[in-house]
Order: sequence, then C-alpha cells, then structure tokens
Amino acid sequence: MSLPDYLFLFGGMGLATYLPRALPLLYLAHKKLPQWLIDWLSLIPVAILSALLAPALFTDSTTRQLEFGKLELLVAIPTLIFALKTRSLGGTVLVGMLLFWLGGFYF
Amino acid sequence: MTQPAESHIQTFREGAKAAWPICLGYFPIGLALGVLAQQAGLSWWAVALMSLLVFAGSAQFICVAMLAAGASISAIIFTTFVVNLRHTLMSSALAVYLAGVSRKFLAGFAYGITDESFAVNLTRFRQGDWDRWQALTVNQLANAVWILATITGSLIGQFVPQGAFGIDYALTGMFICLLVFQLQGRIYLVTALLAGTLSVGWYLLIPGDSYIVGASICAATLGYFLQRRYRSSK
Repeated sequence: MSLPDYLFLFGGMGLATYLPRALPLLYLAHKKLPQWLIDWLSLIPVAILSALLAPALFTDSTTRQLEFGKLELLVAIPTLIFALKTRSLGGTVLVGMLLFWLGGFYF
Repeated sequence: MTQPAESHIQTFREGAKAAWPICLGYFPIGLALGVLAQQAGLSWWAVALMSLLVFAGSAQFICVAMLAAGASISAIIFTTFVVNLRHTLMSSALAVYLAGVSRKFLAGFAYGITDESFAVNLTRFRQGDWDRWQALTVNQLANAVWILATITGSLIGQFVPQGAFGIDYALTGMFICLLVFQLQGRIYLVTALLAGTLSVGWYLLIPGDSYIVGASICAATLGYFLQRRYRSSK
C-alpha cells in the first residue's frame, strides 16, 4: 500500500476510534446528569474491569473454552491477595510479574 | 503563564507515577504489534502513523491481521469502530469527573482514553486526589510509550526474547489491583461478580468482542436495580 492508502485507512480507523471516546465526554460533561445515570455510571468501571479480566483468567483464548488451570489464573490469586492487603498498584504489578515469570519455569 | 514552573513539574511527576504500570505493560504488547505489522508488510513509518492516528491496541492488532488476510479498507474501519465502542462507556463514566471542563481540553483528552488509562484515571478521580492535567499526563505518557514500542517492534522486535521477567502479566496485574480499588461496598462486589460471570459466558457463547460491552452494561444495570431495591426495602 502507498502513503495515501495508509492515510485513508488509518485516518478512518482513527475517526472510528476517536468519536466513541470523544462524543459522550463532550456531550455529558456539559449537562446536568440525572441521579440515576450517575448511580449507573458509578457501577460501570467495576463492571468493565471485571468483564475484561474474567475471560483472560478463566478461558483459553485460542479454543475459546472454559479453562481453570491457566497460569494467569493461578498467579491471579496471590496477586489479588497482595492487592487486597497492601493496596499498592506498583507493588501488585511487580508481584504479579515476578510470580508469572517464575511460574513460567514450572508450567 | 500563571502557574509556576514547579507545579507543572509536580503535575508531570504525579502523572508519571500513576502511568508507569501502563507503560510497562504497553511495551511488550507494542513490540509484539510492531513485529506482526512488519511481518504483514508494513514499514516502520506506517506503524508509527497507525499508532499516532489510532492508539487502540486491540483494533491495531485486528487491523494488522485483516491486512495480512487481504481484507478491504472499509471492513477494517468498520471492525475498528465495533471493537472500540466500549470506550463510549468509559468516556461517559469519566464525564462525571470532568463536568464543566472546556470542550477544547475534552477534545484532546478523549484521544488518549484507553482501557488502561481509563482504569487508572477513574480510580484516582474517585479517590479525590486527581486533577485533569495529571490525568492528561497519564494519557500522553501511555501514548508516547505505545508509539515508541510499536516502532521499536517493527524495527528490531524479532530479536527481543518473548516473555522476559513476566512482563506479559503487567497489565493483568494492574487490572487486578484497580479492580480491588473499585470494590468500595457490597454492591460493587456483586456487580463485579455478575460482570465476570456474564463476560465469561458471553465470551464462550457469542463470537466476536461484544462480551465486554454486553457484560458491562448488563451487570451495571442489574447492580443498579439491586441497589435501588435494597435501598427502598430499608
């Protein structure tokens, strides 16, 4: 592909990425939001995080089937406990990486 | 300039402190994307252009795979749109904390809303010790690292060993901890369990990427009604 083709493709992808990120913010940040919407939106972060994580921990992404013995899941348990005890983001990331790295030698 | 230079440095430092787990996690993913893009025939400047204009990891991976498979440009753009629809939810949730901020700022800020920057910034906004400039710093640092990592990957990625130091787990570890930060009461725990279960079920039964948006909306809605019912029964 030539430069104009790339510009057209990535420009289009850029718009398709940018508009969903920008329009709700531009619209909602200048409106008085009803209480029910604020309550509902306050549950969205926890729901999204859990919805992103759960399939990565409990399923095999190539066969798209349930899987309970993945290293990702085994490491997630001590990592979760560490996060609950210390509430340290940086520490949790490093502990998770270390355990995943070490686990890789045995798995 | 009305602000002293020191406070700019302070803002940058706070932003960088919050952004480093994201940067750490983006690096191996960006490298991997660069390698795949190079194998699919994209040169480094095309990779740079893509990361600059698009900045959406999963959409970029899909784009490279579709280009390699010979898909049409319109099909790739449409797929990008569908994959990134989940960001409407994140953008809406951030609006609560950016109420009344100038549209110019918001238009720039929106460019950098990714799963990871959203999760970090929203958590900090909720804790109450965060301002929009620090949040913007997180977005921009993550973006800079992403662009650099993808270019590096397209140039020398095939020589970098895979999975060193467990770096592939950085973002998972970050999401686990941010999820813990979000659990500020029973209703949040219930919503998280609902979302996780629904997401796995949806992922197993329905092809594609709709499981993230679908499970999040269903779980938040169920959680909302449970909370209302619980409140009114008291």
